[in-house]
Amino acid sequence: MALLQGFDVLSLARFQFAMTTVFHFFFVPFSIGMALVTAIMETCYVRTHKDVYKRMTKFWGKIFLLSFAVGVVTGIIQEFQFGMNWSNYSRFMGDIFGAPLAVEALLAFFMESTFIGLWMFTWNRFKPALHAAMIWLVWLGTTLSAIWILSANSFMQHPTGFAINQATGRVKLVDFAQVITNPQLWVEFPHVVFGAFTTAGFAVAGMAAWQLWKHREPEFFKKSLRIGLLVGTISVVGAIFVGDLQTRYIINEQPMKFAATEGIYKDTKDPAPWTLVELINTKDHTVSGNIEIPYLLSIMSFHQTHGAVKGMDTVNKEMEAKYGKDKNYYVPVKTLFWSFRIMSGGGVFLALLGILGLWFSRAKHDTIENKRWLLWLLGLCLWLPFILNTAGWFVTELGRYPWVVYGLYTIADAVSPTTTAGQLLFTNIAYFLIFTLLGGVMVYYSHRVLKKGPVDLDQSNYGLAGDPFAKEAFKS
Amino acid sequence: MSFLQILWFLLLAVLFIGFFFLEGFDFGVGMATRLLAHNEDERDQLVATIGPHWDANEVWLITAGGAMFASYPLWYASLFSGFYIMFFIVLMGLILRGVSFEFAAHAETPGGRSIWRWALFIGSVLPPFVLGMIFTAIIQPLPIDKNMDIYATLGDQINLLTIVGGVAVTLMCFMHGLNFIRLKTVGPLRERARQWNAILSWVLYAGEVVFAILVFVYTDFFKERPVSTTLIIALIVCAAVINQVGTLKNNELMSFIGSGLGLTLVVALIFNGLFPRVLIADNPAHSLLIKTASASPLTLTIMTVVACILLPIALAYFIWSYTVFHKRIPAKA
Repeated sequence: MALLQGFDVLSLARFQFAMTTVFHFFFVPFSIGMALVTAIMETCYVRTHKDVYKRMTKFWGKIFLLSFAVGVVTGIIQEFQFGMNWSNYSRFMGDIFGAPLAVEALLAFFMESTFIGLWMFTWNRFKPALHAAMIWLVWLGTTLSAIWILSANSFMQHPTGFAINQATGRVKLVDFAQVITNPQLWVEFPHVVFGAFTTAGFAVAGMAAWQLWKHREPEFFKKSLRIGLLVGTISVVGAIFVGDLQTRYIINEQPMKFAATEGIYKDTKDPAPWTLVELINTKDHTVSGNIEIPYLLSIMSFHQTHGAVKGMDTVNKEMEAKYGKDKNYYVPVKTLFWSFRIMSGGGVFLALLGILGLWFSRAKHDTIENKRWLLWLLGLCLWLPFILNTAGWFVTELGRYPWVVYGLYTIADAVSPTTTAGQLLFTNIAYFLIFTLLGGVMVYYSHRVLKKGPVDLDQSNYGLAGDPFAKEAFKS
Repeated sequence: MSFLQILWFLLLAVLFIGFFFLEGFDFGVGMATRLLAHNEDERDQLVATIGPHWDANEVWLITAGGAMFASYPLWYASLFSGFYIMFFIVLMGLILRGVSFEFAAHAETPGGRSIWRWALFIGSVLPPFVLGMIFTAIIQPLPIDKNMDIYATLGDQINLLTIVGGVAVTLMCFMHGLNFIRLKTVGPLRERARQWNAILSWVLYAGEVVFAILVFVYTDFFKERPVSTTLIIALIVCAAVINQVGTLKNNELMSFIGSGLGLTLVVALIFNGLFPRVLIADNPAHSLLIKTASASPLTLTIMTVVACILLPIALAYFIWSYTVFHKRIPAKA
């Protein structure tokens, strides 16, 4: 197998995990947020009885359902993948990791899948308030699922409530309450769900702005724009605040990750300046061309005007003393440094954009249709939250290197011994192709939905004219 | 073996039964879109019968997988890594199937629709077939090493028993789907499903006899637990009889119960034969046992509490959703 030389199982398995989770996580936050946006629209309909809100619910609901479908199918891969590619990890972590996954399925997946079926097919059969309750339950299900999967992830970032079983060398659950009250979880979960609401808010706002830019259905799309911007702007501000908590949490818990996001090799002076950009030489551990803002890192890190931050070289020495000299504790510095800047910079940019959009579309003096540059910019930025989510996960997951479970188990130990490079190469290619297909089709169909505009919304999507379960369907 | 370990072994069986019973007819309806339907309108009618339910039915597999990870992490790890390509094929099928409903609804050209309807068909055949293969592969002795890793050869994965097992599960799902169609439609499809079922009943008997012989040849089930194995196989045949009588008497619910019972008993046969093991090694010392493959007592206790609270709630709204959509789907005029 000369072709496979240069591909090792570990790298291929890591690549597969990265590819499948990143792709999955385009659709997860979008779906969680779209469930919220759709639920808000339907609630407006229930309260005002205005037809436009019903049309909005159905129209944006179509795009929600498309993304939900892709999110579901790419999610199944995740659950199987732990066993398939990371069997040693599953054995090591099973006592802790499986339970949140099972609870996620029992609590959240049953809920979202049952109520989405009910929501889709009961427009003509349930009273509006009951029908709106269905989509709220879908939203609750998607959000609850985030808590459970993130509690599993938080354990990997910051293990709590466990002991090592001396006989087997594997993790053993000691205190379940500690696993779900893990402080890491309660900075990570709000950040992720705010990110999810941001994603859908700005995606809806962006799509609506693009339609306004083309002068289509101004009333319909302006209302959509407002709701999107409201959800998006509040959420991105929330995400920034929680992100600050999370960053300050990481300074103590994962100092290597933090130092890497700031590109600091040597300990900073006190007070620490914040580096906007710099060139990083990972070989010599030097940086150059840095643009610095005095005091700012101390302010951001400690919320005060003094305080030094540990550099990676110092952290490395500490980790060598704690975990042994046989491992490389340096994380992919450049990726973390730039991902962090993309995420935080993009977040602040979205917040400003959202405030601008809300200001120019305020009820008293609504001029947003004339602000063509703003509509154009909002339309362009519908893609931005997806990039920011991905950048955020790069920081979180790559910043944990070389650990799969922080301080306990390395990524290299976690991979399945039985899986071969050939199998992984094959599945990587297959996943890549099918993801390209799914992503392409999803975007294409969403684009078609937008292009068609909010017409024929009462026609059932599912082949039969009208609601196949409606009473009228049985009069023949 | 503790009480909790046995309880979770049984609960896993229940979850897989739930999956095969519910998603079984979904798969069957998916197969029927090519085998039973004559035109696009009929295909739409079939898809409408499972439209609101298929997603929640599939969650039973996710729950079974998650529960296996939680309660028997060592079983989960060895099984999923050992049958790597097979699980990959299951995934591919489930992916194609899962998006096909939504994508077909958005396709505006007949060609585009046809692609996603084919995706539904393929995604409805592959998973039951390959899961049938996996479940009949793990009841045979496997090359498991002392680290619990399965180095399954092609012959371990593809042999007469696994092929017959795959075909049998697929056939049973198809027949279960036909019975669901009989319950959920009016018009020509309802009668056609009955006719198909009447013919396939004979094929099923033949398949069950072959399957029983192969289980005798390839596994130690008849040696380890002769009474229960014989009894369950007899009951599987009884279930097929119930299905056939329901077809002859035109009692649709009876047929549906018969085909569902058949799938239930197949899972029961496998779990009964595995007990007290979860994976059987060619070297008995390396077999994974209920006693040693499970999670800690604390995790099992917590999972038990969680399942006792959540499963009834989930079942309640699950059943409610079926009552909301209890009506038959009419043929398109």
